[in-house]
Amino acid sequence: MISFASFPSTSEAYGRYGNTRHHPDVEDDVHMDLDEDDFEENVQRLTVPGESITSSHAFMRGHGTYVDNDEVIASVAGTVERVNKLITVRAVRSRYNPEVGDLVVGRITEVQPRRWKVDANSRQDAVLMLSSVNLPGGVQRRKLESDELQMRTFFEEGDLLVAEVQAFFSDGAMSLHTRSLRYGKLRNGQLVTVPPILIRRLKSHFVSLPCGVDLILGLNGYIWVSKHVKQSEQEGEEGFDAEAVYSNKNDDIDEATRAAISRVSNIIKILAAHFVPLTDSVLLEAYEWAVEQESSVKDLLLDDVGENLVASLGSGLRQ
Amino acid sequence: MSSRIEILNDGGYRSDGRKQYELRDITIDLTQQGTADGSAQLTHGLTQVLVTVFGPREAKMRSQTLHDRAVLNVEMSVAPFSTGERRKRSRADRRILEMAAMIASTFEPVVQTNLYPRSQIDIYVHVLQQDGSLLPACINATTLALVTAGVPLLDFVCAVTGGVHSTSPLLDLTTLEENDVPHMTVAVMPRTRKVTLVTMETRLHVERFRELFELACEAGQTIHREMKYAVKDRTVALVNAMDAGSKGGAADDHDRDVVMDDRI
Repeated sequence: MISFASFPSTSEAYGRYGNTRHHPDVEDDVHMDLDEDDFEENVQRLTVPGESITSSHAFMRGHGTYVDNDEVIASVAGTVERVNKLITVRAVRSRYNPEVGDLVVGRITEVQPRRWKVDANSRQDAVLMLSSVNLPGGVQRRKLESDELQMRTFFEEGDLLVAEVQAFFSDGAMSLHTRSLRYGKLRNGQLVTVPPILIRRLKSHFVSLPCGVDLILGLNGYIWVSKHVKQSEQEGEEGFDAEAVYSNKNDDIDEATRAAISRVSNIIKILAAHFVPLTDSVLLEAYEWAVEQESSVKDLLLDDVGENLVASLGSGLRQ
Repeated sequence: MSSRIEILNDGGYRSDGRKQYELRDITIDLTQQGTADGSAQLTHGLTQVLVTVFGPREAKMRSQTLHDRAVLNVEMSVAPFSTGERRKRSRADRRILEMAAMIASTFEPVVQTNLYPRSQIDIYVHVLQQDGSLLPACINATTLALVTAGVPLLDFVCAVTGGVHSTSPLLDLTTLEENDVPHMTVAVMPRTRKVTLVTMETRLHVERFRELFELACEAGQTIHREMKYAVKDRTVALVNAMDAGSKGGAADDHDRDVVMDDRI
């Protein structure tokens, strides 16, 4: 038996709010209810904290909800999602919620005995153990005491790195690893931060744009925009070269590439400001539009140019 | 009559033309402020506050970290130009510290801090203009900022001041009225009607308390409605923006000419 608790019975109010302002004293309960379609309908349902979603007898509570008096109640503002009997509410904007296997970009905040602390836009700093990085002199090597003493030669405070979420500690902090040739220290580029919800899971989070720019879309909302590195160069012959992997020096970057990097970064900032989810195709289309306009890179950040850019995305796709 | 201004005239109007139970105009702005996780600018009449929320994030003060829940850290700053008479208050002003502590204790039972062990939630309150009802404005703005930051809350917290002029109760006092009449601040959680804060700095007759208290709780519901509109407004806008973007991406899926790296 499914019983829905306290839904008001008017339904056409949904479309109206947003453009009406009300005097506080006006009794207008008509506007109040959410769209009260059942979960069966394929319509997104929005909720705010403290709003009852359904009865707890028929459904289980997931993230973003709590149970009080046999009712499942939302605790964040966002969209209601249902998987069978599990009800969750996804906040529109929040910190990054890590999952094992996610690709993240982070910044070292602290060097501690046998581990680094990494800021990854999550609720706590992530941990990168010395045992979960590639050590110089061969991929498969045991860590030595000398490695512990020279941890700062691998990663120092402020260094940026790309890593994968390996596991969680009991208190919810995440543990990272960089035991792959694709992961490790970042250089030759620029970091852009966007809300994590805008980064969707893709087949690959390493994207090369044809303009000579590589992107790493970290699921935590940190995006690394850098100069394109040829695949063969990156991996080297025998795979591993400690000098290159842990180097702190940028390669030479020519003027055109610098402009392309800045242009891509500005595009990402604009799209994030308009809350457009970032995918490789969207970014490419936006880049082509920006090049067509033949305006200078910094003009992209003007409000009207940004609006045109976002509008052009829609029209280009409809054609 | 103790003062020269008339708090409530014969026609039942207050000094700024409001009726007894009338609240001032509420304006809510939930635009993103810089790198903050959530922010809200709230105006009650001429009182204006801006609250930014950072976190939950790694606790900077190791000693204050709690192993089973997050720490709420409230910092408050009052702009020197916010009052009628201009004076600079230090950050360590006792009144300001006290108000920050009150905000923190109001929200401790409401924020689900147990979900974020060893973290810290920073709440920065900036007072831009003051014209009475400062604490309720700060509390309401903090609620909104926490909601926009995606911090899980049991419910909204809606606060309002009430005062009594001789025997007639008034709501949402201005500075003029606060100086003259006994008043109190009440913060309620509208769904359960639980009260998270009641505070009084003046003496109020015990027989007037009940009436005023109930009135203030009722006014909380009205404020809740305004806050809910603002939050839903923003949620709808963001969700629509995301939908428009992602639908486009899906349609383009077939003939993408992006070079995808397949180094996996």
